[in-house]
Amino acid sequence: MTEFDAATAAVQAALDAGARYADARVMHRRYESMSARNGDIEELTQDESIGLGVRALVGSSWGFHAVPELSDAAARDAGRRAAAIATASARVPGPPIELVPVEATVASWASACDVDPLGVPLSDKGDLLARATATMREHGADLAEGLYQIWDTAKWFVSSEGHRIDQRIRECGGGISATSIGDGETQRRSYPSYRGQYGTTGWELVTSLDLAAHAARIAEESRELLTAPECPSGETDLILGGEQLALQIHESVGHAIELDRILGWEAAFAGTSWLDLTRLGALRYGSELMNVTIDPTIPGALGSFGFDDEGSPAVKRDAVREGRWVGVLAGRDSAAVAGLDYGGSVRADGWARLPMVRMTNVGLEPGPHTLDEIIAATDDGVLMDLNRSWSIDDKRLNFQFGCEVGWEVKKGRRGRMLRNPTYTGIGPVFWRSMDMLSSEIVPWGTPNCGKGQPGQTGHTGHPAAPARFRNVRVGVRA
Amino acid sequence: MSELDLAGRVVELVRRLAGPDAQAEVVVTRADLALTRFANSFIHQNVAESATAVRLRLHADGRTAAGSGSLVDPDGLTALVERTLAATRLAPHDPAWPGLTPPVPVPSGAPVDEATAAASPDERAARVRAFVDAVEGLEAAGYCRTAHRSGAFANSAGQSAVGRSVEAAMDGIARTGGADGVARHAADRLADLDGAALGARAAAKARAAADPVELPPGRYEVVLEPAAVADLLQNLSWYGFNGKRHAERQSFAEPGRAQFDPAVTLVDDPLHASGLPYDLEGTPRRPLTLVEAGTTAAVAHDRRSGAEAGTGSTGHGMVGASTFGPLPRNLRLLPTGGAAEVAAGQLSAGVTGAVADPDTAGLVAGMARGLLVSDFWYTRVLDPKQLVVTGLTRNGVWLVEDGVPTRAVRDFRFTESYPRAMGPGRVLGLGRVPVRQPDRMDGFWWEAPALRLASWNFTGGASG
Repeated sequence: MTEFDAATAAVQAALDAGARYADARVMHRRYESMSARNGDIEELTQDESIGLGVRALVGSSWGFHAVPELSDAAARDAGRRAAAIATASARVPGPPIELVPVEATVASWASACDVDPLGVPLSDKGDLLARATATMREHGADLAEGLYQIWDTAKWFVSSEGHRIDQRIRECGGGISATSIGDGETQRRSYPSYRGQYGTTGWELVTSLDLAAHAARIAEESRELLTAPECPSGETDLILGGEQLALQIHESVGHAIELDRILGWEAAFAGTSWLDLTRLGALRYGSELMNVTIDPTIPGALGSFGFDDEGSPAVKRDAVREGRWVGVLAGRDSAAVAGLDYGGSVRADGWARLPMVRMTNVGLEPGPHTLDEIIAATDDGVLMDLNRSWSIDDKRLNFQFGCEVGWEVKKGRRGRMLRNPTYTGIGPVFWRSMDMLSSEIVPWGTPNCGKGQPGQTGHTGHPAAPARFRNVRVGVRA
Repeated sequence: MSELDLAGRVVELVRRLAGPDAQAEVVVTRADLALTRFANSFIHQNVAESATAVRLRLHADGRTAAGSGSLVDPDGLTALVERTLAATRLAPHDPAWPGLTPPVPVPSGAPVDEATAAASPDERAARVRAFVDAVEGLEAAGYCRTAHRSGAFANSAGQSAVGRSVEAAMDGIARTGGADGVARHAADRLADLDGAALGARAAAKARAAADPVELPPGRYEVVLEPAAVADLLQNLSWYGFNGKRHAERQSFAEPGRAQFDPAVTLVDDPLHASGLPYDLEGTPRRPLTLVEAGTTAAVAHDRRSGAEAGTGSTGHGMVGASTFGPLPRNLRLLPTGGAAEVAAGQLSAGVTGAVADPDTAGLVAGMARGLLVSDFWYTRVLDPKQLVVTGLTRNGVWLVEDGVPTRAVRDFRFTESYPRAMGPGRVLGLGRVPVRQPDRMDGFWWEAPALRLASWNFTGGASG
């Protein structure tokens, strides 16, 4: 029995049990991670999981059931159970549910991959992490850590509308960090970011990072931070590096434009959104420099795919155009409720999880400047980079971020290093204050986006570049 | 085939394929997990999964690797052993390997309620129905979930263990005019979850949270409800009582020092409620007192961190512990008067309005001026050593004057050191009734009464 056969059997069983729509995904995922500390390998894990998840719509109520078996009997049982769960959902019914139309597609898609990350010898991968962490230790880090992760996922999707899509998506990435411990506090520097850089690509991404070449620098900077002056407290011009701006986009734009949040479907847990659908197309989100796209077609970015987990093809859309809010991340059912005509942003993190609205690649289009030009144009401000902590309210308005490092900017020059830099603000006020944006775009990958109950970990991408924001509150103290 | 049979079969496969000197530990867990989610007062997501996971950790020739898989037929198990063995041979040297858990007795866990283990989607939907009805026209959102795990452990040193665990939890909000009220409860039996009582409590709090005023940031005396206290316990666990972080000098914890108020006694108590009686390494789980009357007493260890510290494992082996560290995940803040005097889990008993709970009302009554806080949200650590955390209030804050909640207040952002806030002289009162709060994952829970603290540092209003 093939994976398509199992998915087809599950869909048919759900229909036979009363569903008016059903879809099923078989997913086979191999995962490998290795971590190193202070020159030694700390953990090597390889996981492999295969199973089937089936979703059934009975009337206007959903049910989902997942099993780890692909036999005909198990698949049919899963389909029947999904329909039964949907029937139970009707005890507390909601408004009518329709699905925006998607062309029934028979297709295959695979992400580009030059070097199979699971094919690289473990000893080579271990040497890479051991060498980089040993170098950090030699250069003064109390804790030198390194990590890589690899996901190799095959999916087979079938729907009662005629979809039959298989995809193979290979993702990987990694990074290193150095922590120095002083009296009563710790300081950390990372490369290329807190968890590293990730993409829908092969091992060539990790090779290109050249982790060992940056090890000594970040170790020395983590020690230097222990004695650096504290970030000043007050309002000032803020220049953010691209990695931190990627997280700013993720938290204060990406999550805010998720349609399930806007509709209140995530109210009790992930929260809602400050955005009101009646203002779609009119609301001023940020300055005219702000152009944000939803684009799962970017080659190599972590939020890329051929089709989402409802069978909708990857399509680039505008989310914010010249500062105006114009688009959302949607699924077929949420889009229909909102009166929109597109989905395409629904994914699940495994066969046992329900597909839900997820960011794909949500990022900024480039601006006209360089980081050097932005610094040169700043008389008095702070430059911050690499995220250390992140917190935002349940409507995605009030945020506070901490960064690993800051630098004074005085009279157009980067000055002293600053420790414990933080900044805080309100999303639209902050984005409206962006007055300079660099062209140096990098599609940063976020492999740990949490959402949903039961919890799911999403992989998202965020093209971002350094930018300047005026009159931002920095240096919040405990 | 039982879980123990499966685990034994994998150990035997390792012996056959890797030789008698290879050290293997195997965890098999069967899980039936179901969760019914509601929002805008209807069920919008309703899911269930049945799955078996086999995890193998293998140490051979001084090298270690771990693998897991979802296939439990003979081919699947053989493939798991072969690929983990291959990974072990190629893995770098592991000089800190702590060895396997020797044969030791494992206690039986908390009693398993068979009705909860077999709960149907209709039973969960009925509780959602009761919650939605109880909010009387307000918008309701949340979930009702059940979890049943049946597991076994075996290693090549001869240790074996079996256990079962069930848990039920309900977490919901009621919403009106932009104000939310919350009610949350984890229990050993689905029958103990009262959707109507939870809904009524959430609705009472939502109505009391309407029309909030903005207060200036600053330090305020606070009464934290059990949902908010759960956040304190979780962060103290992850960053403070984590044996690995302690060994790395990244934790505030200093065993033997009076770091907390004498009113604070914290016990990690995995056998008190839902949970398997052994950890990922087959070590029996047992109560571990982390803070005794204000004095830090211990931190949690798995075999690796316990060997490094020279103390041995405390039964906190878990997935990810090698990198993140071993975590206490069933933490109880013992209430006033000691644990024996109270019955856990009581909710509203007729008190309405902002407090909606007589135990919390007792603490609020003693406060001249301060804030009553329902819940914390999106808390993140700014500095792990001092455990300085930023986050926001959520689901209701009220100004208390002369022992009475007088106004709903807009949400605040705070920045506070958790151990400092609970330090000597800073705990002004503890409730008598602990309420068990569910975590995002079943098997984790946090049990605490309401807590009155002398000061909490609110650093800004959430609206600007």
